[in-house]
Amino acid sequence: MEPLLELRGVNKSFGVVHVLHDVDFAVYPGQVTALVGDNGAGKSTLVKIIAGIYGRDSGDYYFDGQQVEVHGPRDVAGLGVEVVYQDLALCDNLDIVENMFLGREETSRFGLDEVTMETRARETLSSLSVRTVKSVRQSVASLSGGQRQTVAIAKAVLWNSKVVLLDEPTAALGVAQTRQVLDLVRRLADRGLGVVLISHNMGDVFEVADRITALYLGRVAADVPTKEVTHGQVVELITAGRSGNLGIAENPATATV
Amino acid sequence: MSTDSATQPSAAPASSGFDNDNQQAATIGDSARDYLNRLRGGDMGSLPAILGLVFLVVVFASLNDRFLTTYNMANLVVQAGSIIVLAMGIVFVLLLGEIDLSAGVAGGASATIIALMLIDYDWNWVLATLAGIATGAVIGLAIGALVSFLGIPSFVVTLAFFLALQAVPLKLIGSGGSLRFNDPVLRGLSIKNVPISVGWIAAILIVVGFAGLSLWRYRSLSSRGLVHQPIGLVVIRIGVLAVIVLGLTFLLSANRAPNPNLFNISGIPWVLPVVVALLFFWTFVLTKTRFGRHLYAVGGNAEAARRAGINVRRIRIMAFVICSSMAAISGLLAASYTGKVSPGSGGGNELLYAVGAAVIGGTSLFGGRGRAIDAVIGGAVIATIPNGLGLLNQASYINLLVTGGVLLLAASVDAISRRRRSSAGV
Repeated sequence: MEPLLELRGVNKSFGVVHVLHDVDFAVYPGQVTALVGDNGAGKSTLVKIIAGIYGRDSGDYYFDGQQVEVHGPRDVAGLGVEVVYQDLALCDNLDIVENMFLGREETSRFGLDEVTMETRARETLSSLSVRTVKSVRQSVASLSGGQRQTVAIAKAVLWNSKVVLLDEPTAALGVAQTRQVLDLVRRLADRGLGVVLISHNMGDVFEVADRITALYLGRVAADVPTKEVTHGQVVELITAGRSGNLGIAENPATATV
Repeated sequence: MSTDSATQPSAAPASSGFDNDNQQAATIGDSARDYLNRLRGGDMGSLPAILGLVFLVVVFASLNDRFLTTYNMANLVVQAGSIIVLAMGIVFVLLLGEIDLSAGVAGGASATIIALMLIDYDWNWVLATLAGIATGAVIGLAIGALVSFLGIPSFVVTLAFFLALQAVPLKLIGSGGSLRFNDPVLRGLSIKNVPISVGWIAAILIVVGFAGLSLWRYRSLSSRGLVHQPIGLVVIRIGVLAVIVLGLTFLLSANRAPNPNLFNISGIPWVLPVVVALLFFWTFVLTKTRFGRHLYAVGGNAEAARRAGINVRRIRIMAFVICSSMAAISGLLAASYTGKVSPGSGGGNELLYAVGAAVIGGTSLFGGRGRAIDAVIGGAVIATIPNGLGLLNQASYINLLVTGGVLLLAASVDAISRRRRSSAGV
């Protein structure tokens, strides 16, 4: 299967610190790719490179099989790649519709086109089978953590995006709310989107992910289908960089699968 | 609910969609309950201001029988004009959680420029007014640039401008002097009245226009199954507006001269249409434009706004430009009322009155909440205090004490309601 989004041979340094070493990363349509790794493994840096917030020192960025030049978050959004950050970037004083269209409001001759925006927001939420919010005109301040995460994800989906990156979407949520969000993540992939799930929670990863990419000290330790690995192997990949015949070999040339 | 069938997009499976998504509060009773819940949750809106206004009117009316005369009412309208306009400008910086302490003296400096242009350069009033507003805009641009590019807290920047800008009139006018402000049009804003027939026509147009817009909005929202208010509430709002607008027009159209046999003073003071026009304009900007939406977003969560692609710096600078430009108009109205510009113009209570007006009207000091109408409602409350106390011949220290107390009270209401909001999550 052709990857929707692919990075090849990405290197990134901050001053003398070499954060990413020849990282290859691929996102496939209709699949959830989990990006796992210990703190400092380079997950956030990789996400920010994909999002266009950081530039790359070397390496190529492919989208839909084409090599593309990205110079900032707007280029990336233009490709149809949306990032849902851990701190949700919602405005408490605005309602759900206003938040979903923030920065990309629809206008008509008489100013803001509330009719179109509310209709589209409603359609998007119901297409994601979101049924927990009382009203789309509810202010975001009154939502629970899971509902806020839902709105943030729906906001990303609204723009017919092809790839959605979710940075620790369940980190601050309770059991029931985690359930809602994981269901939503699965539904996104079932709609044909490429989903990247960054998570520390192995339970979440094994439940929804189709592939797992493990980072270890800035290198890709493994990029494997979830079915082919066990919980324990992934933990070893995260903490030691290798597990059995998987992972970073002694010879770095064969490090990535 | 008849709207329910329309709201379920046919493509969505029946079990999904919004099982709980109600498009409207079903009845007036429900929306009244909603309103009470919001009040309990700390979302006070303009309620404190309206209660305060009723309280003040009752107190002053019982202490002095001249307070409720139409003569004094017209006077109150004119006095409130400059406070309301300044407060409307302040609302924009408060929306971002910033403050502009220099707005009062920026108004004084701009009024000085206007007066100089009229007297020394014989400019006509249009050009002079534009020069004054441009002065305000430049001041706002400087403040906004310092705040957003250097990251100096607006409190400090505008405190510096508060001191420095007082030098402008002092240098241009000279200590102890004053400039007369007697251009027939600009002075006429305070001392002349709209012809009675024109006043009635405008009042009726406003009521009809508001009613038409509200009903059109109700129809277009309900027919598409979008969130809307119950029809009863829409009608009540139209009714309240009609009573206020037509009632005010009626009162101000009567002859209010103290000696009605000798003089005829009647009609709406010209200040009022100026305030109403500004109210409509800024309400439109805040609620119907992308710029307005972005102002609220930056005030609510600047980081979220930045990530959504909003140019936060531009929004911040624009807010200060609007505030200082409105301050220039306010300075013009104040000069029009007193008929002169002196070195102390705008350096007194004006700013605190305006901040008090905005906050008591329901604009939050913490950013993200506020409307243009807040300035009008709050300004009416604040202007009533010096007006009523003046009629009671109270020493001016009482006036200062009461005004300071009101400002503190308004800020307390704001802080408490914010706390309750965050715990209730409204």
